[in-house]
Amino acid sequence: MNYLKYIAIMSVALLALSACNVGNSKNKNEVLYQCPMKCEAEKTYQAEGACPVCKMDLKPMAAADEKILGTDEISETSIFNLTTKWNTEKGNTILLEDLKGKTLVMVMIYTTCKAACPRLVADMRNIEKQIPKALISKINFVFVSIDPETDTPEKLKAFAIENFMDDDQHTFLQGTESGVREFSNVLAVKYKQISPMDFSHSNIISVFSPQGELVHQQEGLGVDNKVTISKIIETVNK
Amino acid sequence: MKTVFRLTIFLSLFFGTTANCQSKMVSIKGGKYIPLYGRESLQVKISDFYMDVYPVTNQEFLQFVIKNPKWRKSMAKNIFADKNYLVRWKSDTALNSTQSLKAPITNVSWFVAKEYCECQGKRLPTIDEWEYVAMANENIPDARKLKNYNEFILGWYEKPKTFNNEIGSTFKNYWGVYDLHGLVWEWTSDFNSVLISGESRNDVDKDSNLFCGSAALNATDLMNYAAFMRYAFRGSINANYAIKNLGFRCVKDKKG
Repeated sequence: MNYLKYIAIMSVALLALSACNVGNSKNKNEVLYQCPMKCEAEKTYQAEGACPVCKMDLKPMAAADEKILGTDEISETSIFNLTTKWNTEKGNTILLEDLKGKTLVMVMIYTTCKAACPRLVADMRNIEKQIPKALISKINFVFVSIDPETDTPEKLKAFAIENFMDDDQHTFLQGTESGVREFSNVLAVKYKQISPMDFSHSNIISVFSPQGELVHQQEGLGVDNKVTISKIIETVNK
Repeated sequence: MKTVFRLTIFLSLFFGTTANCQSKMVSIKGGKYIPLYGRESLQVKISDFYMDVYPVTNQEFLQFVIKNPKWRKSMAKNIFADKNYLVRWKSDTALNSTQSLKAPITNVSWFVAKEYCECQGKRLPTIDEWEYVAMANENIPDARKLKNYNEFILGWYEKPKTFNNEIGSTFKNYWGVYDLHGLVWEWTSDFNSVLISGESRNDVDKDSNLFCGSAALNATDLMNYAAFMRYAFRGSINANYAIKNLGFRCVKDKKG
């Protein structure tokens, strides 16, 4: 009879395991783990592991709570809701949320681009030039590569040096193919690889608040950037 | 003791196959073809993969939101799904009485479709993969030149509210896949690679420098108006849009 009981328990356990999520029985004496992004809301786990949704490491509950208390909540429309990881030209791995706190001016480019990207970079430089020096330290100019395969952190570093942008005010990001696709979708930037070295892409410069909310988008190349600049200054001074 | 052991194995196999909530897939043999859009005479190579036989249903999606509370109607973040997300549902975990469990899920954003597929160990198809499978009619893998193939699709575009119909209500194509045409439009992973700038619709010069590179659109077969509509639609939507006639299905890579 004991065997039957054993089989019953086994099958319940198997059921729980083979569904998309793992079971969530609670035990008071153990530390509970939870996804730091709360992919599954308040769901907890008894053992360490990775979130089945976003694949991030689960955090012990107490630690996770501390983190949330320590920082301001981000809003529903913030780009900091994205949970993919990025490599910077400095060789760090970050989440977009790590860019929190500064006004962000973001553009998507690729370093081997011969046509529009140099002009987009020039547009970024023009914007930067017209912003009062005192405000620059509160702004981060972010360049996201749409060609993560070619644009390694080393390539991005070289590109930064070449363009005199190798400092704390400029960040260059390499993502994963799906992470870049997701990010472009948040910015409504369209792009398509048309050959191994070439992409078509829309030319959009986006301004985000220090909380990651979209403030303004400038479309096109060499367009009048007055509105963009005033929006950036307005956002920094808020 | 041996019988108990065997019984355990049997049970684990049984639950293993029934409880992992995977929908039926068929194998698609890869190949080369020229899509409607792309650079002229540029062949696209498709690798072998598996595709869901049917679009994801209301019932399957309901199970997903029950397990993933952050994707419930009231919890989904605006950046990932606009206000039309699951707009016809009665509540977070209940359909409207007029919605069939076996009808395809619609009013879902690209973000949630992507995550749904990833949760199943799958992914969204690329535009090229989707179009490759959708070229088929009942009998042949590429029916794009056939008049009745195009007429069927265009006829569907004129039919109202086909998203209320149940999955499997259209034809089974050459690969064994149902409902690519005739039920709902479907999300693709790289739908935002369709670049439609001003000059593709008219010759207004002010939009011409919106895009890097030369115009990506270049119809290789304008006769294929049905496909043109699909590309134009993809070019006009954003990833957080939840549209009432737009659903999705998943695909999976074939390993090794």
